[in-house]
Amino acid sequence: MSLKNYTAKKKRNLNYLLKSMKEYKTCYLFLAPYAIVFGMFICAPVVVSIFYSITYFKIFEPPKFVGLQNYINLILGDDVFLTAVKNTFIMAAVTGPLGYLASFLFAWFIYELPRYLRAFVTLVFYAPSISGSAFMIWQVIFSSDSYGYINGLLIQLGIVERPILWLSDPNYMMATMLVVILWMSLGAGFLAFVAGLSTVDESLYEAGLVDGVKNRWQELWYITLPSMKGMLMFGAVMAITQSFGVADVTTALAGFPSTDYAVHTVVNHLVDFGSIRFEMGYASAIATLLFLTMILCNKAIQKMLARVGT
Amino acid sequence: MAKSKSNTSGMKRVLQVRRRRANRSRGGDGFIFTILAAFGVFFAYPLVYAINNAFKPLNEIFLVPPALFVKSPTMNNFADLFILMSRSWVSFSRYIFNTMFITVAGTIGLIVFASMGAYVVSKYPFPGSKKFFNLVVTTLMFTGYVTAIPNYLIVSGLGWVDTYRSVVIPAFAMPMGFFLLKQFIDTIPDTLIEAAKIDGGTEGWIFLKIIMPLIKPAWLTVMIFSIQALWNARASNFIYKEQLKTLPFALGQILGGGIARAGVGAAVTLFVMIVPLAAFMVTQSNVIATMANSGIKE
Repeated sequence: MSLKNYTAKKKRNLNYLLKSMKEYKTCYLFLAPYAIVFGMFICAPVVVSIFYSITYFKIFEPPKFVGLQNYINLILGDDVFLTAVKNTFIMAAVTGPLGYLASFLFAWFIYELPRYLRAFVTLVFYAPSISGSAFMIWQVIFSSDSYGYINGLLIQLGIVERPILWLSDPNYMMATMLVVILWMSLGAGFLAFVAGLSTVDESLYEAGLVDGVKNRWQELWYITLPSMKGMLMFGAVMAITQSFGVADVTTALAGFPSTDYAVHTVVNHLVDFGSIRFEMGYASAIATLLFLTMILCNKAIQKMLARVGT
Repeated sequence: MAKSKSNTSGMKRVLQVRRRRANRSRGGDGFIFTILAAFGVFFAYPLVYAINNAFKPLNEIFLVPPALFVKSPTMNNFADLFILMSRSWVSFSRYIFNTMFITVAGTIGLIVFASMGAYVVSKYPFPGSKKFFNLVVTTLMFTGYVTAIPNYLIVSGLGWVDTYRSVVIPAFAMPMGFFLLKQFIDTIPDTLIEAAKIDGGTEGWIFLKIIMPLIKPAWLTVMIFSIQALWNARASNFIYKEQLKTLPFALGQILGGGIARAGVGAAVTLFVMIVPLAAFMVTQSNVIATMANSGIKE
């Protein structure tokens, strides 16, 4: 292989690329409006914040390059961050898979209902996501005095003598948060599943029937799931995004910072540095680490979903 | 011989589909109903609570332990809300208009831009299409908390601070919308598009007349997400002029009154919830109805 050969090949490749780009001219026209806006308001900020993660940047002064110092400080010198990582992993490991499963199962159960009931039941299950800050109601339910619903009930039944501090006793805080997060987990993924189920080709079910599908569970595994792989992927990405991004709930219910940092999450930590202390470089480093973790999870799930229906 | 027998029984079962969906046992139906009913209560609780609260007189709002249902419903909270509104410096209808404009413009733009892009990325293997989609998937996972600062720098660099544009245009780029639409368009058979091309359809015509109607459930779903996000947008980073401020921002100021305004607060909560809720109900019945007549077939 001489150098001349190599450049000739490269040139041919480039020519080929240009030719096929010309061939798909209309495609680029169709994509351009979205691509431009996306580049400006989604991509650029992400790139900028990854860049900030290797700088010392305090909003009012220009950023100073510090290499990997932010990351080193995070991992070696920030105990609270390590607590936050642990908490976030617990939350993600429990609410991610469970929330995903619940989203799909409820969507599918609803699809099994008679048509006139579906819209209403979908609304009932989607209610926690649509009603904004409605999760504040959990504060009443888990209230730490005997007037809280759960404590009142437990005392009446004689199970406990003194009210349990659900929202400020580190022994119970995590469990309480998990319940609330799961309750909120029927979000974007759930709706996408409801819509996705409604586009599965009906004739496939009839064909399946002829081919010997015996019950609804077989129908689910061999026909429904494979025909909505795209939606399953969407739901998975949403589940990852939601379960790693917990922050508002812990702040609203357990306070900020929570007792002993028992439910302090990575995003809580990020908000602390980004919006309260204005250490943008450090906050960006936290965001970048979180982001990388989520991408790895996503890759793993993609591999798992490839096996659906086989 | 045996094979043909099983086939006829299969056909018989197909014919039964019209009356009762095949392969559905009564026991299974009962199981599903029970699960849905049990969890339904758990999930619907806050909505019922929020609606009831808005009609409670003050003494019921502060009842300990709180009651779920209202005993003597009143419209006082709404009356108080309107009195407070009429006292505000900028007329209240202006806040409502601002938020409505942002919501409608942002949502329409998102659906048009994202479905055009999603269509070509899904159906044509042009150079860069896979890479672009992977980029969209990746950005789905970046949290908004850190991009807030770079976003502000970009918007102010463009000179868009204190304009509707600062909220509307970035809304066009919502990666979730693009992703969802692309996943849906993937399920449309290529043969459908090829057939339309043979019949002489241009790209624009195919997109408008074939793709858009078929993915109605998808863009209706995207619409819900977009309305929810924009209707609740405070935009406090980008908009400082009182005349351009959004409804959630103005309502947030009302709620700043604290405990004395608990009644009004309950009314506000319902007021803000009602639009996404209504949008949701309208689109959901549509999403389910399209199923009856879409039947994407090769």
